[in-house]
Amino acid sequence: MSRLAAQKKRRDYSILGPENQLAQQKGLVAAEWYTSPIPRQRMKELMKRKNGPAIRDTIIWVAALGITGTLAYYSWGTWWAILAFAVYGVLYSSPGDSRWHECGHGTAFKTPWMNEAVYQIASVMSLRPATPWRWSHTRHHTDTIIVGRDPEIIAPRPPIWRLIMMDFFRLYIGPRDVKRMIMHCFGVIHPEEKEYIPASEHRKTCWESRAYVLIFAIVIGACFYTGSILPAMFIGLPSLYGAFMVLLFGMTQHLGLKEDVLDHRLNSRTIYMNPIFRFLYWNMNYHSEHHMFPMVPYHALPALHKEMKPDCPEARKGLWAALSEVFGALIKQGKDPSYTVVKPLPATARPYYYGPGTVASDNTAAAGKG
Amino acid sequence: MWIEVCKADEIDEEDVLRFDHEDRTFAVYRTDKDEYYATDGYCTHEKFHLSNGLVMGSTIECPKHNGRFDVMTGQAKRAPVCVDLKTYPVKVENGTVYIEL
Repeated sequence: MSRLAAQKKRRDYSILGPENQLAQQKGLVAAEWYTSPIPRQRMKELMKRKNGPAIRDTIIWVAALGITGTLAYYSWGTWWAILAFAVYGVLYSSPGDSRWHECGHGTAFKTPWMNEAVYQIASVMSLRPATPWRWSHTRHHTDTIIVGRDPEIIAPRPPIWRLIMMDFFRLYIGPRDVKRMIMHCFGVIHPEEKEYIPASEHRKTCWESRAYVLIFAIVIGACFYTGSILPAMFIGLPSLYGAFMVLLFGMTQHLGLKEDVLDHRLNSRTIYMNPIFRFLYWNMNYHSEHHMFPMVPYHALPALHKEMKPDCPEARKGLWAALSEVFGALIKQGKDPSYTVVKPLPATARPYYYGPGTVASDNTAAAGKG
Repeated sequence: MWIEVCKADEIDEEDVLRFDHEDRTFAVYRTDKDEYYATDGYCTHEKFHLSNGLVMGSTIECPKHNGRFDVMTGQAKRAPVCVDLKTYPVKVENGTVYIEL
């Protein structure tokens, strides 16, 4: 198939489009998903909440931001500033994203107010209106990678490379969310947001956005007052210039895998990562595990992985191995939008559960290709 | 009418059990204070059974989206749950748990 023909074949990924209704007709909406068999007693141990690991990690994170921020401040005006701000930006943006995520689930800390406090701060740091993204992510977990339902699909098939490239510096999603926050200040909720946020949460959405916009306005005011971009280099802009690791991590979660299936082993990717990446990403490299059992806190995901291992395809060997699989699949999807990676299961695993949306023949060609 | 659910020790402390009766399903809880409560089985947000969730004290957390309810009152405590859960009277007699429907 030519690239032009492939693009014409692209489905409508909008959650306001006809695919939404089609997904409902296929029985893919709020459906029952496959879960690996884990004894209840063990699940209870894994789900147990703790404050210790998240408090420790938050202290390390804040200290790392303080140290790199100080270095960045004193190197301003020299070439060293590029390196210092690059490190500061990654430390601001990447944990900002992963803390937003885990605290949104309410699993990072045992104490609810700690989850909420870090959630709000991390939302500002990742340029996200807090309540809309909480509900968007709820939908992402209900209908993971169901076309027309999941608002968090990073790229359609075939991919739109321009948008992917823009989001290396959050230049597509970032301005979209800032624009929505400004609209919230005037009480306007975007129709897409109305699709997944209940009306009872609209007021909260607007007030949060007013607070966030005020914070950004103060930073901009500080820039004018000091006659320098430096204040924004510490708050606001790192969400853009430090975003590339967020995208690289994010791209490995689901891209290149199945759409419209009811088994997280088919649409989510688990990867082994080094301790630094796992700190930045708060163990979301165990992504199949997280989606199958979202109640298990980030610090227990390695243990959950051990329990699920006999029932799952082999984990990818590292971030670069996973990215090479993802980019390879996206390039192939440019010509053949139906291409997906389906990894073989070990002999100990139960068969994949495709659900009602996918016919078996759809997978035959792709099986084993990955 | 009181309906027999299970033996009291079949539910661990701080845990929940699924109980199906006719065409309905319930969640029956034992709290950290050794008290028993019962609610509708499905989360009010989406149709996921609470018996796969986590009981913390007298709070149940839904296994799918981590919404929380107070099992004693059914009150919705954390988004994405916004609607309270229906509760049912429970009694324990001679080591057996009963629910009134």
